[in-house]
Amino acid sequence: MAKKIFTKDNSSYIIVILAYIVVEILLKTGSVSSLMKGLLVPLCVYVILAISLNITVGILGELSLGHAGFMCVGAFTGAFFSRYVGDAISFGYLRFAIAVILGALVAAIFGVIIGIPVLRLKGDYLAIVTLAFGEIIKNIMNVLYVGKDSLGLHISFKDTASLNLDSATGDIIIKGAQGITGTPKDSNFTIGIILILITLFVTLNLIHSRTGRAIMAIRDNRIAAESIGINVTKYKLLAFTISAAFAGVAGVLYAHNLASLTALPKNFGYNMSIMILVYVVLGGMGNIRGSIIAAVVLTLLPELLRGLNDYRMLIYSIVLIVVMIFSWSPTAKAFRERYFGFLKKKKEEVS
Amino acid sequence: MSLVSYLINGLSLGAVYAIIALGYTMVYGIAKMLNFAHGDVIMVGAYVVFTTVSGMGMNPLAGILISVIVCTVTGVLIETIAYRPLLEVSKLAVLITAIGVSYFLQNVALLIFGADTKSFSSVVPFKGINLSGVSVSGETIVTICACIIIVVGLTLFVNYTKPGKAMLAVSEDAGAAQLMGINTNGTIALTFAIGSALAAIAGVLLCSSYPALTPYTGSMPGIKAFVAAVFGGIGSIPGAFIGGLLLGIIEILGKAYISSQMADAIVFAVLIVVLLVKPTGLLGKEIQEKV
Repeated sequence: MAKKIFTKDNSSYIIVILAYIVVEILLKTGSVSSLMKGLLVPLCVYVILAISLNITVGILGELSLGHAGFMCVGAFTGAFFSRYVGDAISFGYLRFAIAVILGALVAAIFGVIIGIPVLRLKGDYLAIVTLAFGEIIKNIMNVLYVGKDSLGLHISFKDTASLNLDSATGDIIIKGAQGITGTPKDSNFTIGIILILITLFVTLNLIHSRTGRAIMAIRDNRIAAESIGINVTKYKLLAFTISAAFAGVAGVLYAHNLASLTALPKNFGYNMSIMILVYVVLGGMGNIRGSIIAAVVLTLLPELLRGLNDYRMLIYSIVLIVVMIFSWSPTAKAFRERYFGFLKKKKEEVS
Repeated sequence: MSLVSYLINGLSLGAVYAIIALGYTMVYGIAKMLNFAHGDVIMVGAYVVFTTVSGMGMNPLAGILISVIVCTVTGVLIETIAYRPLLEVSKLAVLITAIGVSYFLQNVALLIFGADTKSFSSVVPFKGINLSGVSVSGETIVTICACIIIVVGLTLFVNYTKPGKAMLAVSEDAGAAQLMGINTNGTIALTFAIGSALAAIAGVLLCSSYPALTPYTGSMPGIKAFVAAVFGGIGSIPGAFIGGLLLGIIEILGKAYISSQMADAIVFAVLIVVLLVKPTGLLGKEIQEKV
């Protein structure tokens, strides 16, 4: 029997590639507004973040509210690297590729460091500690000063003066609350799509591997998983670290799309972590395709509502509440089955 | 400033956190959900007092009363409309709805009052006192007294009245409580009502000490109070009280002696250390997992 091409997993790749082709055609014909053009790379960032958070929340089943912290680590590592080497590597793609790998690595290291203590906790306690770590990372980035001169790197947590830079060759790379300015703009939509595909590839293969099944076994019943010899700590940490690493990748992409990178509550605070969580939950936990769709729709929604000016965020919040109630509440489920049940039946017959 | 005055400032801020944390902890104890919109109810309370007292020139006490009523109604409405359909289905779904409610409240405030910072005039009518060189502001005295009265009152209410005991029962086991004839939905709504009324009071006290009022005023104190509740052991009333006070003191001392920019990081770091040593907070109950 021939294998089905349009499986749930393949459809994720197909959706991404189709979306890419459609957007490229629209770009070529010039029917995309400059506002939408500016949104393309952030869209890729949010999609990667949503997929990566889904590993922690959906596959591992732990609530993390500090995902933006890992993104922050990745963003600053990547931007720092690109600024540091500057024109020493003039080939933008190579520089960006190294920045991505470095960003992912450092974010993964942070994932391990934070994961070891955090994963001992349970449920909401784990959630609040990840939130705390995310806030701490953001806070530290705001007081971190790094400069380079002929003697090497100088690090300070006070101000630019205490870096003691050589005045002739000195160059301040990370300037506390002002962050990193002058990061080369190495990212574009195509690179973003490639990174999404890599993230998808790793995530989907992880889910279907022995490791992925072990992780999901822990999610479904920790004690049962432990009793059949699954090393709970190891697999939990592994999932958490992979999730952090991809958040780092998203961060690098994000940083290389901006002229100046600062750690504000808006981009790396808990609000951002919560927004990513909204994508994951709304898209369906453990459902990678759902995460992608939710991230795209929820990023575009406020922009599409821009004509309504002041009311757009209000409508956004109402849509969020209504969608949640409509898709989760038992009454709404019964209602749907009663009036839209025939749609579902048809689908089943087809498959 | 001396250490004593820092401690007093810390106690004052901590008392506000404690009042907010009480609301958080009660709601968590009974509904087992993180009510992210709680911080924004604080903001609603503060805006109501701002409108009635500064805008319409009402008596501050009347303003506070109206604010408490408005917040109570808001809290109960939020619970019935946005949370109740989902409470028994998925905690995570309720969390997302709570975030939606939080955005909703912020944006309604933004539409009505605009994004500019409103200067909140204190509702405390008397000046501070001077205790052998250490000045204590009137707001500090009122805040600390209000916090103590609320904690004592709440403890008595929960332990010695029928609705209070019903709350304890529902938080212990909602299903069993319902079988015993307790109106669980009513009890949960009552908890939200009390929590929101406390949020209104906290909002007024917070803005009396720190007078800048914007639609986002409530969100950071809300998160900090949540941290305080977890710190003390979420679900426990004395825990929220102690957690709130400690958090306020740590924040003010950290600002004064270590670094003003790092104050938030210090607060969160202390929380992490406490949770690693005692995974359920200072006064939290340890629940053994059974197979």
